[in-house]
Amino acid sequence: MSRAIIEVENVSKRYKLGQFNARTLRDEAEQFFRRLRRKNKAVGVPHALAESSEFWALKDVSFSVQRGEVLGIIGRNGAGKSTLLKILSRVTEPTSGEIRIRGRVASLLEVGTGFHPELTGRENIYLNGTILGMTKAEVKAKFEEIVAFAEIGKFLDTPVKRYSSGMYVRLAFAVAAHLEPEILIVDEVLAVGDAEFQKRCLRRMREVSGKDGRTVLFVSHNLAAIEALTHRAVLLRDGAIQFLGPTRACLETYLQGTADRRARVSSRLTEGRYTRVLSVDVLDEGGLPTCNYSSDNPLVLEVAIQTDGVKGMSFDIYISNSLGHRVYFYTSNLFDEIDIPASRGCYQFRLTFRPLMLASGNYSVDVATALTNIGYDDHVVEAATFQVHYFNPTGRSWDFRELDGYGSVAMTLDATVLMDRTEGGKGEELERRRRIGSELRI
Amino acid sequence: MPHVASDYELVIRPTRGWFHLNLADVWRYRDLLFLLVHRDFVAKYKQTILGPAWFILQPLLMTFVFTVIFSKVAKIPTDGVPPVLFYLAGLLGWNYFAQTLQSSSDTLVANASLFGKVYFPRLVVPLSAVISNCFSFALQLATLLCVWAYFKVFTSSGATFGFSSAIVWLPLLLVQIAGLSLGVGLWLSAMTAKYRDFTFLTALIIQVWMYATPVIYPLSQISEKWRWLAVLNPMAMPVETIKYMFVGRGVVIAAYFAVSVAMTLLLLVSGVFVFNKVEKTFVDTV
Repeated sequence: MSRAIIEVENVSKRYKLGQFNARTLRDEAEQFFRRLRRKNKAVGVPHALAESSEFWALKDVSFSVQRGEVLGIIGRNGAGKSTLLKILSRVTEPTSGEIRIRGRVASLLEVGTGFHPELTGRENIYLNGTILGMTKAEVKAKFEEIVAFAEIGKFLDTPVKRYSSGMYVRLAFAVAAHLEPEILIVDEVLAVGDAEFQKRCLRRMREVSGKDGRTVLFVSHNLAAIEALTHRAVLLRDGAIQFLGPTRACLETYLQGTADRRARVSSRLTEGRYTRVLSVDVLDEGGLPTCNYSSDNPLVLEVAIQTDGVKGMSFDIYISNSLGHRVYFYTSNLFDEIDIPASRGCYQFRLTFRPLMLASGNYSVDVATALTNIGYDDHVVEAATFQVHYFNPTGRSWDFRELDGYGSVAMTLDATVLMDRTEGGKGEELERRRRIGSELRI
Repeated sequence: MPHVASDYELVIRPTRGWFHLNLADVWRYRDLLFLLVHRDFVAKYKQTILGPAWFILQPLLMTFVFTVIFSKVAKIPTDGVPPVLFYLAGLLGWNYFAQTLQSSSDTLVANASLFGKVYFPRLVVPLSAVISNCFSFALQLATLLCVWAYFKVFTSSGATFGFSSAIVWLPLLLVQIAGLSLGVGLWLSAMTAKYRDFTFLTALIIQVWMYATPVIYPLSQISEKWRWLAVLNPMAMPVETIKYMFVGRGVVIAAYFAVSVAMTLLLLVSGVFVFNKVEKTFVDTV
């Protein structure tokens, strides 16, 4: 095997928390005098604590990337992804460690970086291209391709400040996507543009890595895109590498971590004054607490609530997916006119919900007590978590996974499907037997 | 299709040396340098009615103001040269210096968001200011020559002044002014990145500096006793010399010049050093 194109060795990066903001001379002077005063009195609060506190954005990170490989980088916000990319693209320096890069690097950190609104599309293509590290001749060679990809055609000689935001983004991505470095660093660029454009971006990225044989480092929160584009991925957590290996395994570790974290940090958004949610459990068929749920079966929740006996208290339940988006909602009073009894004590509710159609993945349950129509009293986030291992509403072998980016809830057909033919007049009624017949019969 | 030899290797590690100037990198980004010059030039006068004519009008208007205030009202002598010509010649070098200083001093802060995302040698940006201001220098020079010719041919004072042969050194003098403005600009840029107070100070510094420089008065007006203080200002000699080149009057002494050149070198080298130092980690603090 040839030498790795990128070798990262024990790279660490420290930020001094006190230095994040640019200071003014006045601040500096103030600090100076405060220090003097403290020396004289020889007492005082340890003010210096705030200044000296450090934060390691990266700790001893090592990995290497082979030529032509597409490496995904994932992790929660603040895990150190951006810092790593900034160091790799030489925007900032590591505090210690070393990186060897055997090729030219171009980074695509945010589209439109360095565009000048007064300049025309044509001028900006050249300016942006050279900012991103191309020579003028290289931009010229790619010029037609860039214009075609961006679809700006007749607006080529219009100042970009007159562009629609869509055109702006397309042009910016077009320039960046046609860079010809050996190593391309891509950070969240797919978050912009319409669906059609995103598809084209993905295709272009695949070309860059596949056909042109370039090395790509790809950071995204779009796990589906990571899985589609990369074979190997790095999972960063609190500045260190938590996992490095095949993308699928990496994503699973990541999602597992999300679930673990949730189980641990069930926390209160607001503390209850009159009531308190004591426990929330998902129950299995035998009535025992579980952390698994199979979709399309009744969901049984057991919620224990303590109350002072205040009148008009009810409770709400949310189910959220692994990204924290709420997918299901239940409110006891407004849906079912169920209230928490108005006398002091602990109450346990066993709630059996109609089958949920959740994609396989990790979910959490939030429970809040509410003074109906007024506001939440006790609000517990991630009071319980559960996992759906596999789901397909018709029981087929294809697993509907949340991770794939299709969403969290499956739509299922009613027993009857009506189909109209454009010619022929009357609609024909078709029957579809769930889980028995596998094809629609016409 | 690799553009660099396969043995190309870049090592990223914390900088340890004191003076780490990567000129090879600046050279690699020369296309960017010239596109930035182009950008400065185009963007500056977009949406103005007079466009690049401002390059000529601005010094002419300033000369007019100076003539009214300093010559007519304050009656400050101009070495026996027509005041208009005197001020215009004085402004030629000064304007170049002030404009370059102004635009290079906010390099880091004005481009913070760009620098936070892409790497390119940061020095390219102030260098582009140095180059793009050469165009306004050229236009201003042309203006000066026209005014000079007018006074020579059409006025009675035509016989009282003339070119000095030293004028052949003008390009070299421009290089010195460029180096000086770059040096001071880099200093201010680095200081502004650290202390935002300098955004306000820069304009003031430039204004005060102009009055400390023999732009509106001849160096000969300053008594011998205090002249050493005046020439400690590294801009004093270049401005006085440009006037000498065009009208043949002025106090130009080699020793003074040596001071000016030494100061220029000192400011340039230290400016590059400070800028480099701050530039390395400055994106972490904005």
